[in-house]
Amino acid sequence: MEIKIEGLEAKIGDTPILRGVDLTMKSGEVHALMGPNGSGKSTLSNVVFGHPSYEVTGGRVLVDGEDILEMEPHERARLGLFLAFQYPVEISGVTVGRFLRRAVEIRFEGQKEVRTKGFLKDLREAMDFMEIDQQFINRYLNEGFSGGEKKRMEILQMLMLQPQFSILDETDSGLDIDALAVVARGVNKMRDHDFGALIITHYQRILDHIKPDFVHIMYQGRIVTSGGGEIVTELEKRGYDWVRAQYGQEEEVHE
Amino acid sequence: MSNEAQTVHIDDYKFGFHYPDNSVFKTRKGLDEDVVKAISSHKQEPDWMLQYRLQALKVFREKQMPNWGGDLSDIDFDEIYYYAKPSEEQSRTWDDVPDDIKTTFDRIGIPEAERKYLAGVGAQYDSEMVYHNIQESVAKLGVLFTDPETAVREHPEIVKKYFGTVIPYSDNKFAALNSAVWSGGSFVYIPPGVRVEVPLQAYFRINSENFGQFERTLIIADEGSFVHYVEGCTAPVYATDSLHSAVVEIIALPGSRVRYTTIQNWSSDVYNLVTKRAFAYENATVEWVDGNIGSKRTMKYPSIWLMGEGAHGEVLSIAFAGKGQEQDTGGKAVHCASNTSSVITSKSISKDGGTASYRGQIKIEPDLHDVKSHVVCDALLIDEHSISNTYPYMDIQSDDVSMEHEARVSKISEEQLFYLMSRGMDEAEASMTIVNGFLDPLVKQLPMEYAVELNRLIELEMEGSVG
Repeated sequence: MEIKIEGLEAKIGDTPILRGVDLTMKSGEVHALMGPNGSGKSTLSNVVFGHPSYEVTGGRVLVDGEDILEMEPHERARLGLFLAFQYPVEISGVTVGRFLRRAVEIRFEGQKEVRTKGFLKDLREAMDFMEIDQQFINRYLNEGFSGGEKKRMEILQMLMLQPQFSILDETDSGLDIDALAVVARGVNKMRDHDFGALIITHYQRILDHIKPDFVHIMYQGRIVTSGGGEIVTELEKRGYDWVRAQYGQEEEVHE
Repeated sequence: MSNEAQTVHIDDYKFGFHYPDNSVFKTRKGLDEDVVKAISSHKQEPDWMLQYRLQALKVFREKQMPNWGGDLSDIDFDEIYYYAKPSEEQSRTWDDVPDDIKTTFDRIGIPEAERKYLAGVGAQYDSEMVYHNIQESVAKLGVLFTDPETAVREHPEIVKKYFGTVIPYSDNKFAALNSAVWSGGSFVYIPPGVRVEVPLQAYFRINSENFGQFERTLIIADEGSFVHYVEGCTAPVYATDSLHSAVVEIIALPGSRVRYTTIQNWSSDVYNLVTKRAFAYENATVEWVDGNIGSKRTMKYPSIWLMGEGAHGEVLSIAFAGKGQEQDTGGKAVHCASNTSSVITSKSISKDGGTASYRGQIKIEPDLHDVKSHVVCDALLIDEHSISNTYPYMDIQSDDVSMEHEARVSKISEEQLFYLMSRGMDEAEASMTIVNGFLDPLVKQLPMEYAVELNRLIELEMEGSVG
């Protein structure tokens, strides 16, 4: 799968947030998207998935050459895209088991029969792997979960749905070091030539666990620089002030 | 005359069909003493019942319409037929039921349900029970399950002792109306210590146009007994309005438990104005499970009077108000003894401009101790132009009382829809998933068959609601 974002512009209300994002990603690759708060990282993930609060004002998002911007969120999901939410919402009265069974059914519709037995076995294995108690199968989705439990649940869903490309929106925020390791383990398990990911993060520590192939820095609604792991090292040393100094300046000159 | 059902497709209401009016006897439109006398004489009633009806008629005329709740100003009492007798006699087997009536109940699925999981079935068509049967094994235990007319003839001592004692005709205008023209319904008596483990069910069907159905149900659970009674209701879709005004009285004697489940799915032109009340004596438990899906206006507040120590009452109310519908529902608990407890749980869903109102009352009489009451009202709004109201009334005259009231109104949020859609569900399925989740804690308490039925009805109502 290839995801090609071209000149993407979007606003919320009257406020422009994305101001021409260009980014190409493929299955088999892990990308990291970093940047200071408010640079537009989470907006990018929401716009790629079609969140109704954002209005796209320019550009394209091509998945294997097809523009997905007119598609409903569920149609995008059915292409094999997955979004791990920064703030997973609570769905009262809907158990984790029932919800995931239905999501898996939709994902693999026509591809393979989802057998009751097979599903539960897969689910239990994935839960063990993610160190989630089996009792969560009968709990209402995200209701009363701690921050860490919610994030693990997102990765559990990803493992069950086997997407071809996954966007992880600040999955590391609010996690302690052990939870972070478990979440990273889930992502690394998925890593192969048929799976790609975009890891959106404010901090470098998750990238100690998941080594990215490419790193991009976003600032003021654009990707201002891209490269490899060396950018992370640079950030670690100099912080985001360096980005502000270098690219914020430029912004003012151009305006 | 054609026996083909005429199906009218309005809002996908599956039960909107009707058959030609083949009543063998029908009173003229409107209501006066002659109409009441005609009903009574048709039933060959004893004079005491006729006198009761005439007294009630007088009170009905004197009483004002309620000036709260749903808008009832369109009801024209002169335009209604108060009695229509569908067949000459009641049957004990479905084969003896006239064809179009039998076909109606077949389409609703009653004979099948009876075979599968019911201890007894009564089926009312317009004014009369056309079918009534109870499993032999249950009858052998001394359980009585008949229409009330039969009870008046065969068990006058029980009827005289309890009829109208829980809900007197002076209670409200519609209770008075029902008391004057009542016809059909159920009479249930469970002897001491007898537990009827599978439900008894009554099904109420209106077929005629501009019709008023006034069934009367009286349930007496003797000491230490248990019964679960279920009622369902549907009607054809007509251009004009019909009226359904029932009275249900339950007497739960010491140590007994009565569960009464309603799944009301009237068509969108029925005014559904029902009075339901139970007396729960020492250590008795009464549970009302009240699902209101259909009708134009419903006003119904199942009540429990906790008369003896240790009595417990529960009301679970589920209401769905769609386009043009007003569901004014809730529950009432009156604590008349110490060590009593009540729980009222209400869940309502409003969509397409419908109005769902919770109206409930907790009353605690003076000088009681250890009284507990818990009220929870949850409302879910599907869209911007639908309405939810909450009217809780409390009248607490004792000090040693634990009273909790919680009320929540939520809207299906964009974030929830987006989350579910990002997992592959289309918008309709995502909404339905949220609605089902909202109802789940209540639906779980229904027997399997009724939970499935309720989910299916809500699903039908939700169809086409997103777009």
